[in-house]
Amino acid sequence: MSPAEPALIRYILTGVALLFLGLFLLIPLAAVFVQAFEKGVAVYFKAVTEPDALAAIRLTLLVAAISVPLNLLFGVVASWAIAKFDFPGKSLLLTLIDIPFAVSPVIAGLMFVLLFGARGGVFGPWLTAHGIKIIFAAPGIVIATLFVTFPFIARELVPLMQAMGSEEEEAAVVLGANGLQTFFLVTLPNIKWGLLYGVTLCTARAMGEFGAVSVVSGHIRGETDTVPLHVETLYNEYNFTAAFAVASILAAVSVAALAAKKIMQLKVER
Amino acid sequence: MIEIAGITKAYGGQTVLKDINLTVPTGGLMALLGPSGCGKTTLLRIISGLETADNGMVKFQGEDAAGQSAKNRNVGFVFQHYALFRHMTVFENVAFGLRVRPRKLRPSKKDISKRVHSLLDLVQLDNLHDRYPSQLSGGQRQRVALARALAVEPKVLLLDEPFGALDARVRQELRRWLRRLHDEIRLTSVFVTHDQEEALEVADQVAVMNEGRIEQVGSPEDVYEHPNSPFVYNFLGDVNLFHGSLLNGTVAMGDYELAAPEHIGADADAVGYVRLHDFDVSLCPSGLPEIGAVVSRSRALGATVRLELKRRDTGEPFEAEMSLERFRELGIKPGVTVHVRPRKLKVFVQD
Repeated sequence: MSPAEPALIRYILTGVALLFLGLFLLIPLAAVFVQAFEKGVAVYFKAVTEPDALAAIRLTLLVAAISVPLNLLFGVVASWAIAKFDFPGKSLLLTLIDIPFAVSPVIAGLMFVLLFGARGGVFGPWLTAHGIKIIFAAPGIVIATLFVTFPFIARELVPLMQAMGSEEEEAAVVLGANGLQTFFLVTLPNIKWGLLYGVTLCTARAMGEFGAVSVVSGHIRGETDTVPLHVETLYNEYNFTAAFAVASILAAVSVAALAAKKIMQLKVER
Repeated sequence: MIEIAGITKAYGGQTVLKDINLTVPTGGLMALLGPSGCGKTTLLRIISGLETADNGMVKFQGEDAAGQSAKNRNVGFVFQHYALFRHMTVFENVAFGLRVRPRKLRPSKKDISKRVHSLLDLVQLDNLHDRYPSQLSGGQRQRVALARALAVEPKVLLLDEPFGALDARVRQELRRWLRRLHDEIRLTSVFVTHDQEEALEVADQVAVMNEGRIEQVGSPEDVYEHPNSPFVYNFLGDVNLFHGSLLNGTVAMGDYELAAPEHIGADADAVGYVRLHDFDVSLCPSGLPEIGAVVSRSRALGATVRLELKRRDTGEPFEAEMSLERFRELGIKPGVTVHVRPRKLKVFVQD
């Protein structure tokens, strides 16, 4: 075999991969921005600053601001427990963390409608009696987002903390550190890049989630529409430029998250 | 002084420590020696408070440590793989134990810095104080770990296989250095090792452990010269086993017979233990009880030669060591018949 052949194969394989990437990822991404600015910058800014769009952005930020910290707390606690202790049901917990990855987001949304829906939901009558509205309101959207995004941080931290072992923590304790000192001075610095990486992914997903949120939101314009839902509403109204303008915000968030992820990955590997 | 009384520990139904009793005198350096899985590391961790015993008690200076967690025991612990804080410099690692103290007990910044630098001087690493652990060699990391453990002025120092992860040369150097350091600071210390040479060279006292029990405690000379069980004989140094039987205070192993007055009345199967270097080898019979053997192979190991021998009476293989000088003097070659007399043979009755 001549040495030229492996090189040729290498170029072909690389070419195919790049072509695929260009066709299915880069061109569509570019198209979003091209469409968004098609009618000029003024139209773009008008589309993203009209009251309904602003309401959607506000709601999306609120949902992310609640669900990401909660998942951060859950992720750290769960991975700490899994990595540092042996307890019955450990592998079950690991499997349960993966459920949101396996379940279709639409089914996740329906699940919460069945639990909290005013009509026929398991807790529906009680919630109605106490004047609490979950489904077709912000709390439902937060709950659905929490469910969908909860594996991201734990999944990132468990292998990292398992690989770290617990010797450094033990060393800290023997040297007289208390639990909080051990966590903030020893554990946290060791996992910080992995943690930020998980938070980034979790945030991107929390802002971009469509399926589960769509089921529980009820699509009340200016009230329960998040950014992805607002994009759909605009699109269904044949308001393409506005739809793409709002979509470009999400796309920009994703690109920023990917860039941040790449940087952190390099830090983790270092 | 560390007193350990009646310590028992089991993991999931499997007993790892059975009724351990041990005293380490103030200023002493004790080695816990045993094969892997004998429970020595578990015992060390129980002393430190990182693990709790199911039964029994640990006392420091006569004071029961039962109510004290690892955080409050004030012990220095050196981990096998150092467990240095990887995101901290050498200086920060050593300062950690002082910096986490409650404000009232914490020394001033200046005092911490002074103390850390004097400790780094002691372990000969002050010039590397701003390096990170990943930039150090194994031996240097081990010394940082030691300085970090000493920084909190512990009552006792515990070391888990302190030289286990180092290469042979560094290990030699570091254990002599540790011995000198101990003579200097005289801190009551316990270290765990599976390397008998290390235990015998470094420690004042050796506790030989096997399957969760302490088999023998004594000075290095004592346990080496007077092993009290077949296990200790086997574990300390290379040894030959000769199977035989006891009758009326005489042990017979093949044609070789020897008086064993300490076993009068115990007529049973017996095993004789002879260390490889406890043989006199000659070409002619001396008239004394001896084992006739044929040399099958010889290997030079530096200044000594190890002979692989085959008994002429039973055909059993065994080994003997002699000086290179004597080996050359006798002109021993494979196939030659030699007469081997055990200088020291210890008989244990077989259960």
